[in-house]
Amino acid sequence: MNLRAGAVIAMLSVQLTGCAQWHMPEPWVKPYEREALADPIMKFSSDPLSAKHTEHVRIVREAARGATGVEGGGCGCN
Amino acid sequence: MAVTKPKTAGTGKRFRLFWKLATLLGGVFGHSQVRATDLPEDEAEAMFHYYNGGGVTAEGPALLVRKKVADNFSLSAGYYVDSVSNASIDVVTTASPYRETRDEYHVGLDYVHRDAHLTLNFSDSTEPDYIAKSTSMDIAQETFGGMTTVNVGFTRGEDQVFKHKNPQFKDFASHWMYRLGVAQILTPHWIVSLNGEAVSDEGFLSSPYRVARVFGAAVPENDPRTRSSRSVDARLVGDLGSHDAVHLELRHFWDNWDIKANNLEVGYSRYFGEDWLADVSTRFYSQTKALFYSDNAASDTLYISRNRLLSTFKDVGLGGKLTYTLKKDPAYTVKLNGEYELTQYKYSDFTDIRTGKLYSFNSNVVQLYVSATF
Repeated sequence: MNLRAGAVIAMLSVQLTGCAQWHMPEPWVKPYEREALADPIMKFSSDPLSAKHTEHVRIVREAARGATGVEGGGCGCN
Repeated sequence: MAVTKPKTAGTGKRFRLFWKLATLLGGVFGHSQVRATDLPEDEAEAMFHYYNGGGVTAEGPALLVRKKVADNFSLSAGYYVDSVSNASIDVVTTASPYRETRDEYHVGLDYVHRDAHLTLNFSDSTEPDYIAKSTSMDIAQETFGGMTTVNVGFTRGEDQVFKHKNPQFKDFASHWMYRLGVAQILTPHWIVSLNGEAVSDEGFLSSPYRVARVFGAAVPENDPRTRSSRSVDARLVGDLGSHDAVHLELRHFWDNWDIKANNLEVGYSRYFGEDWLADVSTRFYSQTKALFYSDNAASDTLYISRNRLLSTFKDVGLGGKLTYTLKKDPAYTVKLNGEYELTQYKYSDFTDIRTGKLYSFNSNVVQLYVSATF
């Protein structure tokens, strides 16, 4: 048992030594470089009401649903 | 907010637990001085929306207001009306055209704490033969220096289903939606998102009016009372550097009714001068039919449907939008928006029984709205 525990500790020590030399990547886009990303044309979806109506029209006409980040609103209209 | 533990504090287990809870709640509901995530902008939108296609017209107003009520809280409320005139192919071949109105109210709460953003939404939709209520919660957490946003969310929906001129008919439908997503800044000009959502339904998932065909005879449609689906959506937005941007979206969907669907959307946005913004986009969608869908079944089965929503079809859409900035002031901005989309639907196994040919139709979607941020 002691031998097994020693082996585990030795392996962890080797791993940790490796980790010490391995660096997590730094965020490479700094906040002051994000001006273009803040423009409204860079949004994933349009204005909330517009997105809601578009999503509602699609949910009523198509079987696929979900993962669009927009709630289409429940109805019995299909 | 500096909080120090009083020296008179007892050392008992109960007090330590209370202290931990109080500190936790203070951190959650107190004013955070190190908050990095911003609340959504205060905004108001007023819209007229219009849909026309396949004999159906749906139109009405919609309103949305969002207002910050504290340093890290904002409230939103909305109203959405669908005035529907329905003379669709389902209706004209089996019943009589009708008109009805759907009213939907929703309220929401946004709360930010440090790099986290919590959203709660409640909605209530009422039409003469269908009542739908839903509650949803979403949490978005910024990490990795604000370059990555991870979000999780859940929606619970509970519907009541009725039937015109049949007070004995009453059923329910329940919905559970679980979503998980990540948005990642790639470069100072490109951003990508990947989202997944699982949806489970239970209850009456058919229409109490629609009929199926078996050996040419009309029978009431009968869908399974459970459904489970998955979807994965990827989006990419890129700034092209000339006051313009490109958008790309891909989604794959599948469910345990054996429907598989894919859609692809490509869009382009460009500013013209200070005040005008134009967007154009095109979208392709295709799906396969449900296991129990049949245009005209040649055998009598437990589950049977002729709902063209569950058939094999494709649609192609082409849309455009113009936005004009009416007023731009440090305190507020007002924009006028107009959007139009033309979509063509082509069915591969749904016959127009009036002509004997495969069914197809075009739809027109119009949105006219004023949006203001303040």
